[in-house]
Amino acid sequence: MKKIFKYVITDILRNKTVLAYTVFLLAISFSLFSLEDNATKGLLSLLNIILIIVPLVSIIFSTIYVYNSSEFIELLVSQPLKRKTIWLSLFAGLSSSLCIAFFIGAGIPVLIYEPTVTGFMMISVGLLLSIIFVAIAMLATVITRDKAKGIGVGILLWLYFSLLFDGLVLFILFQFADYPLEKIMIGISALNPIDLGRILILLKMDISALMGYTGAVFRDFFGTHAGLITAFVTLIIWAGVPAWLSLRKFNRKDL
Amino acid sequence: MIIANNVSKQFGKLKALDNVSVQCNKGECIALIGPNGSGKTTLIKSILGMVVPDSGFITFNGNNILHHWQYRTHIGYMPQIGRYPDNMSIGQVLEMMKDIRSTSTQLDEDLIKRFDLEHMLHKRMRTLSGGTRQKVSASLAFLFNPDVLILDEPTAGLDPVASEILKEKIIEEKKKGKLVMITSHILSELDDLVTHIIYMQDGKLRFHQSIDELRKHTGEEKLSKAIANVMTK
Repeated sequence: MKKIFKYVITDILRNKTVLAYTVFLLAISFSLFSLEDNATKGLLSLLNIILIIVPLVSIIFSTIYVYNSSEFIELLVSQPLKRKTIWLSLFAGLSSSLCIAFFIGAGIPVLIYEPTVTGFMMISVGLLLSIIFVAIAMLATVITRDKAKGIGVGILLWLYFSLLFDGLVLFILFQFADYPLEKIMIGISALNPIDLGRILILLKMDISALMGYTGAVFRDFFGTHAGLITAFVTLIIWAGVPAWLSLRKFNRKDL
Repeated sequence: MIIANNVSKQFGKLKALDNVSVQCNKGECIALIGPNGSGKTTLIKSILGMVVPDSGFITFNGNNILHHWQYRTHIGYMPQIGRYPDNMSIGQVLEMMKDIRSTSTQLDEDLIKRFDLEHMLHKRMRTLSGGTRQKVSASLAFLFNPDVLILDEPTAGLDPVASEILKEKIIEEKKKGKLVMITSHILSELDDLVTHIIYMQDGKLRFHQSIDELRKHTGEEKLSKAIANVMTK
């Protein structure tokens, strides 16, 4: 496991994309923090960008990377190695390199300007989102054989989680405006890791009052320790289940 | 050594393998022949565990290969089209394989020397010609002194000198009592190599005979003529 992990990491580092991603995140975070005179406001702007960029880069980069290393995977599968080892090394290599990139690019500026609970919350949500979208990308690649189709599926999934899902939720809210949906909204928010991350951070920022009664219900639930733990467990499930499903598929895949 | 039991595999509508059962023993040199798309490569890939059969099972030294991935330490595989990570050099690929397999057995770098790969270790895989790629694949297959050699179209794309070197090497290894499986379309070059013939068509195993039996059976001395004789029947 360690050996293959090592080769995956060296290969990803040789590929300059992750480096460019790190530099891009660094540039955005530093410029946002220096533009706003209030660090909390900077954090809020950064949050909105990160919730778009991190899932997008994680899912697209991972999909393309897995397709491009199909030769490497094929070579390894004919060697005395467990398929599980190969796939998990690939997963570990991708998620750790993207996590390191996020930590250097966004984590360090946040720690410099806003080393508060909110800041830590944002770093951990960003790291978890990176891992979740690597896992989703790996599931998409193992299901679709064709590269173009696989990348398309990746983009669609990102679009769904960051835009379409919110639209759907809004639609439901308006359609059923006469009913008390606040409690159900907590359940619905668990269906989208990006939304869950956003809620967790916003609640720490004391602007949840702007979200009205739903905000108060959220605060009631996610403000408690049990709620916080449930939210993080949900995020971990979001990473674990796609990774496990993709591993099961890969074990039976013909190469 | 390798026993396949009623192995079937379907790709969509195409039956790539249809109830194939074969037994391969130590010291044999088996030629897998058949028209294009007759399931030769699928059979090889199932033995290597790269393709998972729909039904039936394959055992290696008595162990079902589905549960014992370690059996692949005993196999050297040369694929039909060697696909390697593009931005690695030949040297890096060789080093990586040595590192991954990390065997205590004596490495067999004979082919690397004879193919003169030592002088192009720094070349990137993406810049290599098809023939050089084949040389790398062949060197890798023989590198770890495996008990079983599986060669899928080994001489396709190789120049006459290189293919002669490879043939000599195969004969040497056969003499050491290893099991060698070769697929090829060039029957004339198999003549002085093989001891057994497996003939496949449309995913079915047509016959599995020793070469002497085949010669007696068809009355032809040359392998190509003997096969032609069987095919036209």
